[in-house]
Amino acid sequence: MDIEFLYWDGCPSHPEARQLLDEVLAKHGLNVDVKVREVRTQAEADELRFPGSPTIRVDGRDVDPDGSSARPALNCRIYHKADGRSSPVPTREQLEAALS
Amino acid sequence: MTLALATDAPTFDLPGVDGQQHSLTDYTDKPALAVVWSCNHCPYVQAWEGRMIGLQQEFGERGFQLVAINSNDAENYPEDSFDAMKERASAQGFNFDYLYDEDQSILNAYGAERTPEVFLFDQDRRLVYHGAIDNSREEEGVTQDYLRKAIEAVLAGEEPPVSETPPVGCSVKRK
Repeated sequence: MDIEFLYWDGCPSHPEARQLLDEVLAKHGLNVDVKVREVRTQAEADELRFPGSPTIRVDGRDVDPDGSSARPALNCRIYHKADGRSSPVPTREQLEAALS
Repeated sequence: MTLALATDAPTFDLPGVDGQQHSLTDYTDKPALAVVWSCNHCPYVQAWEGRMIGLQQEFGERGFQLVAINSNDAENYPEDSFDAMKERASAQGFNFDYLYDEDQSILNAYGAERTPEVFLFDQDRRLVYHGAIDNSREEEGVTQDYLRKAIEAVLAGEEPPVSETPPVGCSVKRK
């Protein structure tokens, strides 16, 4: 399994998202070397098709496919909870679905 | 540099999503004024927006006014354009003024760095609270209602119990 964790340091959500990812990986007994990459410039965001921070891809597939096509940008990414509320991090359920 | 506590509110005269100009002096009759840096496309703002509406609803009749200002660079972040602000305000039913600081001059005067970031002024327009709305992005996790307590204090003619907290949110998008 290949997991990429892309983040922009201008958004404070990435430590929380990384902790959540690690918790889900541990729960599923997955010992995976997460490839972490900081996105620093708009050019890098364009090149990496980075729709906001954080972006997590499992085997190349975004954990939130609906949000993956947003315009590449150095900003905080908007995720949505099951009840429709906005969040700066993916839900535990999204991560578990992506890893299953 | 961010505005220091006890500093007078810098003046502003900005267009609002209601089609009107809004200046600091328009709120002279309000005993408590919260100027909140905000925007459209930030998950932290979106998470707190409902509480901003709730505070205006709760304290509006007692003379509290919340004014949200968006200073984000709309050229590089078109989601935060003035037109998008109008759409957001309408869709979410904002009951507070939502102003556009296109040239970022008001941003520079206040020194805000995050969205949302609160500057609460008393009747004399002296800064008495700066920082976060409360201590949890998730409404059900709130245990410290910083802004609510500060508004209650100002309306009672008292000093807020907490005067400064670190704002948590997206960075303001400077040009």
